[in-house]
Amino acid sequence: MKKTIAEINARIQAGKAVVVTAEELIPMVMAQGVTETARHVDVITTGTFGPMCSSGAFLNLGHPAPRMKMSKVLLNGVEAYAGLAAVDAYLGATQIPETDPENKNFPGEFNYGGGHVLEDLVAGKEVLLEAYAYGTDCYPRKKLEKMIRLEELPQAFLFNPRNAYQNYNVAVNLTDRTLYTYMGILKPNLGNANYSTSGQLSPLFNDPYYRTIGPGTKIFLGGGVGFVSWYGTQHNPLAPRGANGVPTSPAGTLAVIGDLKQMSPRWLRGISYLGYGVSLMVGLGIPLPVLDEEVVRFAAVSDSEIFAPVVDYSESYPQGLGQVLGTVSYAELRSGEISVNGKKVPTAPLSSYYGAREIAATLKDWILQGEFLLTAPAFNLPREAGVPAYGRLVFPQEG
Amino acid sequence: MKEKMVLYFPSTVTEQPFIYYLVKDFNLMVNILKADINPRKEGRIVVEISGEKPDFAAGLDFLQARGVKVFPLEQEIIWVEERCTHCGACSVICPVNALELNRTTMKIEFHGDRCVVCEHCLKACPSRAMEARY
Repeated sequence: MKKTIAEINARIQAGKAVVVTAEELIPMVMAQGVTETARHVDVITTGTFGPMCSSGAFLNLGHPAPRMKMSKVLLNGVEAYAGLAAVDAYLGATQIPETDPENKNFPGEFNYGGGHVLEDLVAGKEVLLEAYAYGTDCYPRKKLEKMIRLEELPQAFLFNPRNAYQNYNVAVNLTDRTLYTYMGILKPNLGNANYSTSGQLSPLFNDPYYRTIGPGTKIFLGGGVGFVSWYGTQHNPLAPRGANGVPTSPAGTLAVIGDLKQMSPRWLRGISYLGYGVSLMVGLGIPLPVLDEEVVRFAAVSDSEIFAPVVDYSESYPQGLGQVLGTVSYAELRSGEISVNGKKVPTAPLSSYYGAREIAATLKDWILQGEFLLTAPAFNLPREAGVPAYGRLVFPQEG
Repeated sequence: MKEKMVLYFPSTVTEQPFIYYLVKDFNLMVNILKADINPRKEGRIVVEISGEKPDFAAGLDFLQARGVKVFPLEQEIIWVEERCTHCGACSVICPVNALELNRTTMKIEFHGDRCVVCEHCLKACPSRAMEARY
């Protein structure tokens, strides 16, 4: 059984496509088997809604008169990098205001930052723009202060260099003091274990060898339509994998892009981690075209077959020791309790499974309504060291 | 003794000093937790007052004699559902399971009757969906 993306798109346009979420696929494959399911289903949708720190947006702020080459840009007091052309800037999700007390009164609260500015922008709120420049013959203006709205900006696009991590650590704390981390609050003496993927719904768990995903793949991003633009920073396809091909530690990542003006504050949320900083929760979903039976076989993976490493965030992670306390399945994580060093430890997700479910369902709906056609990637995400189809690229060996 | 309470100021007295006298004349320690006072309008402050028992009683008499109404603090934690992303981070922080992740729906449920107002959730919630009201 083989299908092409063109054939699948024709079925979508004819209103005949069969679309299921990666979660709905699991019982279907159990009941009917891979072959029958692959014959029947055209598209499998995935989703994830979690903190993705490596996110941000390119903003074109529009030329004032007289013109200005903005060299310092603040949005609601949060600096956006302006070392670009005259009125371009990049606002990063984890940037905090210069006036933020940081961790001086530990643990710092980090109530507002880049992620929140992005949420305010997509919510249609007015944001204070302050810009400074040294002034040139062509760009004489030195200062600008005005309220702006996203709809008034000539262009604004989200461009996240590292999203949708294929697997992630389960964070615990072996010491007798509370830790405040990007994996949330970790209570002393294995008080809790925090994890952060949507498991069986997560895009790259369902296509572990990136057989259908690469630059050009059209996706759900922040409530709008976006694209995979490149493999993400720290993309490591060489991470160890289980017999089912699923990585057992952090592996592949995606760089993604999309028009900020289409997005919604429901799926781009500024968040604050006590004692750590600010970030952005990003909603992201990828449709997998059922090109062959293998697509279904991989996407039918369930939480009990996906494993994550348990890592101590008091020593192993911060010191970069690479020690792992054990491995647990996402089924165990989602049950609310895992066992670490012989102790029962309550678990908490940082990634919203409920949100992931809604994203996969929304994407399914878009496709069923014929509003969202699939695209073929320009090339598949690199999956091994060596030379990929598009040219020379060598990944370093692990270590 | 030490107690948290809500002081209600009618508009006629909001421009008079009270905290000063509580400290100076009654030897009380006053910690203002929350204040909403505007000139010529009624106001409210939430305070924690500590001191010796006779001073405490005399201080409250002084407030009430000047028209300030004193109420016990009935604090409440509010779950602002539209800000909640249902991530689940709060569920291991809440010591009494008032914030619970339903494992079937994978949604957060807030059981206000179990809440002991420890306020741990206020800063543990990444999207700041938990608020304290007095």
